[in-house]
Amino acid sequence: MSSGRCAACRYLRRRCTEDCILSPYFPSNNPQRFVSVHRIYGASNVTKLLLQLPTHLRAEAADSLYFEAQCRLEDPVYGCVGLIFMLQQQIHAAESQLVKTQAEIAVMKSQGQNPEAQQAEQDFNNLLLQQSDNDAALSFPNQVSSGFI
Amino acid sequence: MRSQESRSTSSCAACKLLKRRCTPNCIFAPHFRSDEPKKFAKVHKVFGASNVSKILIEVPEEQREDTVNSLAYEAEARLRDPVYGCIGDIALLQRKMIQLQHDLALARARLSLYAATDSAGISNTDSDQFCTAALGEFPVACGGGFMDSFSQTSYEVNQDTHMYDFSQIPYI
Repeated sequence: MSSGRCAACRYLRRRCTEDCILSPYFPSNNPQRFVSVHRIYGASNVTKLLLQLPTHLRAEAADSLYFEAQCRLEDPVYGCVGLIFMLQQQIHAAESQLVKTQAEIAVMKSQGQNPEAQQAEQDFNNLLLQQSDNDAALSFPNQVSSGFI
Repeated sequence: MRSQESRSTSSCAACKLLKRRCTPNCIFAPHFRSDEPKKFAKVHKVFGASNVSKILIEVPEEQREDTVNSLAYEAEARLRDPVYGCIGDIALLQRKMIQLQHDLALARARLSLYAATDSAGISNTDSDQFCTAALGEFPVACGGGFMDSFSQTSYEVNQDTHMYDFSQIPYI
């Protein structure tokens, strides 16, 4: 009876039925996954949340719950909001740097109108166009299950 | 007849929702005031009062307000987007960051180009080589990675609503 239980039912010490809603997302070979989610959300809340979703979205929901739970366990004060803050800060710094660099470009452009500079920029733009055409054919693997940070 | 003493007139939002007496050392009371019932309601719906209590007990008292605010943010995000929660916000920011890094690298290369041509004229051949070398330093344009997996449009909706304003939390 116990050998076919999912991680959730094993942890909760209950029988794992065929229609157990948690078993597809908390397999028995990864008990820590459910432990983390249970500690932060509780089995009941996780079940309610998954039940309200269509089946094809439940895996993503379980993954995101696990990620948030892990963040909260590692940082009980901010959880994954700490990541948001960090990213906001990085974006702010990058935007400032970009504005500064663009201002420098504008200054240099206005100072030097020599033909070599204009030709060089045209070549540069052409190369960029070529690269973006190549990049359009690239596709990235789905990184959901393996985390993305 | 029920005694007036058993019904607190200053119950916090948590105890009001949980329909229990709010004691002087109630862990929720400093952070879930009675005039903000929705805040606790959201947190309770996603995390549960018991789990919130356990989390708060684990953190130092001076950090509990920040903890509550971050939990409230996560709860709100999860209720708004039951599939991805605030992971959608994170993915959006990551994508923005990648784009910015790309734009910044481009701008720096362009600046270098101007600096190089300004200091000494370069031939067309040199220009090609310089451009190729400069482009080689760019991060490869991303398709989005994790963002692509979010086929939901929740993060697009989030674009219209700015990040939750954590005025109490220090902007590190």
